[in-house]
Amino acid sequence: MDRILTYAEAIREATVQEMTRDPSVIVLGLGVDDFKGLYGTTRGLQDEFGPERVFDTPLSEDGMTGVAIGAAMAGLRPIHVHIRMDFVLLAMNQIVNMAAKARYMYGGAVSVPIVVRSIIGRSWGQGPQHSQALHALFMHIPGLRVVAPSTPYDAKGCLIMSIRDDNPVMFIEHRMLHSQRGHVPSDLYTVPFGKARVLAKGSDITLVGISYMTVECLRAQRYLGEVGISAEVIDPVCLSPLDIETILTSVKKTGRLLVVDSGWTVCGASSEILAQVAEHTQGTPQIRWQRMGFAPVPCPTTKNLENLFYPNAQTVASTAFAMVHDNQRSWTPVHKEAPEIVEFKGPF
Amino acid sequence: MLDKLYRALYRIRRVEEEIARIYSTDKIKSPTHLSIGQEAVAVGVCEALRSTDVVFGTYRGHACYLAKGGDLRKMIAELYGKGTGCAKGKGGSMHLIDVRAGVMGTSAVVGTTIPHAVGYAYAMRLRRQDTVVVSFFGDGAIEEGVFHESMNFAALRRLPIIFVCENNSYAIHAHQLARQPASNIVERARTYLIPAERIEDNDVLRIYGLVKAAADEIRSKQSGPRFFECMTYRWKEHVGPGDDFDRGYRSISEAQPWFANDQLKRLESLLGPQVRERIMGEVEVEIAQAFQFAESSSFPAEEELYTDVFGEAAQWTAS
Repeated sequence: MDRILTYAEAIREATVQEMTRDPSVIVLGLGVDDFKGLYGTTRGLQDEFGPERVFDTPLSEDGMTGVAIGAAMAGLRPIHVHIRMDFVLLAMNQIVNMAAKARYMYGGAVSVPIVVRSIIGRSWGQGPQHSQALHALFMHIPGLRVVAPSTPYDAKGCLIMSIRDDNPVMFIEHRMLHSQRGHVPSDLYTVPFGKARVLAKGSDITLVGISYMTVECLRAQRYLGEVGISAEVIDPVCLSPLDIETILTSVKKTGRLLVVDSGWTVCGASSEILAQVAEHTQGTPQIRWQRMGFAPVPCPTTKNLENLFYPNAQTVASTAFAMVHDNQRSWTPVHKEAPEIVEFKGPF
Repeated sequence: MLDKLYRALYRIRRVEEEIARIYSTDKIKSPTHLSIGQEAVAVGVCEALRSTDVVFGTYRGHACYLAKGGDLRKMIAELYGKGTGCAKGKGGSMHLIDVRAGVMGTSAVVGTTIPHAVGYAYAMRLRRQDTVVVSFFGDGAIEEGVFHESMNFAALRRLPIIFVCENNSYAIHAHQLARQPASNIVERARTYLIPAERIEDNDVLRIYGLVKAAADEIRSKQSGPRFFECMTYRWKEHVGPGDDFDRGYRSISEAQPWFANDQLKRLESLLGPQVRERIMGEVEVEIAQAFQFAESSSFPAEEELYTDVFGEAAQWTAS
């Protein structure tokens, strides 16, 4: 039977079911055992599986990532959780120099099946060091998988896939997705890597939203429908490997591509998607493309500047409208701030 | 026991002398860091372990790899970049591994394998296995943050791990006292409440005895970690096969006591000539065969460029 769960509940359910199925799965990270339970995603796990399989760590991101790697070499499947992706920067040496390369530089002798869950995103004044979305840094590195599901269904299926995969996986969750509700089967299922989803069908323009930006793209798609523009919305789900075929099929149909990232544009996921589309569509000059993302500045804390920093349904719809009309016309839908942003309150 | 220790020391010394000899031919086209002079630490430690115990090492890892039982033929082939190497030629001297022998990998970035050893020990504890894990690192590694992060967690969880600092006083060409306020690494380990000992004289028998006792205690009391700071000395240049006492950063007089205290010579004098000659003969044959194996092996096939980046997902069934 279909059930409705939040994204956070879907992550918790995937973790519980996999830990029950496979005793080699462990969960570690700052705060995974506390009463807040990382937005509920790890709440109660320690009571259920004990302090050896679910544990808080010292404030040692680099060292504990190495511990997870060593445990993985010994046959465990650690899930290392970071409440903010900014903190993952402290573990870059272990992730990039070791996790991503161990299998290759040891000639296939070892596997490093770790999942690095990290939470990105805006809301309630997170500011320059508590909001960064750094998925593009990891897309650059061979040996890492990078997933950023946007729906509760994909959150559960992708996490199960990530746990079972024999490779290091960067699993990226936007804070504003945690409260999103959706259909989630109760049984175990996997969502494969490298398969994008078409979330809405359309014929005039292709909107590719990354992570939370799929939610804003879907809102933009509804705004655009009110002015007679039919937008197709694609969620890549997995950024590395990237399913460029699904995006290409759509772009060849619509002739227009707008990639909206939950991150900066320069050398970003949007750059990669546009570059691959350009490589595959050379000689078809009627195709137009554009990208949107964070403003090219550190994220400001104060609300009015923060609102300008991020793309939203209004700016996405407005940009798409201009593209469809060859920049000859402009239009901006009435702006309604997203409910999940309005409702999210600290302190945290 | 003496003959086993002697064999291990002699084997490593002679393997590395052969590597140094062959290096000028450029058959080994990658950085190689020799352990000559430091063999006693790896040998004393690894001979005290069980074959099922596990070690993690450094880019100066030939001694650790061989002492723990790593396959010599695959090591030489790896240095030659051949497809029969322990890492199919993709790693080279700095990335030796032999999982079957419990050599779980060496790394070119200082300090990076220390937390892996801790994590491996965590897994052994979780699975109630009595494996002891050893982490080898140098005096430079203790300047890295990850050393302290690893010590802190290992001590907090009382993990079955032995930390072995091979203190040869130099990080490349910089003396320890140019990098650290004092030569007191062993004391820093004690601040984590880890029982720690400094062994001053590269004494292979003492290292063996102390590590054996430590490993036994970790197994019987299910409690670790332990820490040894083993003072030793690198005879050759930091990277490559040559001598560098004329380069101004260290003097031959500093090295003389270490030459005089050569553990290989010491054990040689304790063994009868017959035992000695038998071991030497056997080792020389093995080394010659290993280099022949490397010489005659093929380079990896071109398609190997793209293999081993990702592993296939494990087969599973929903339950």
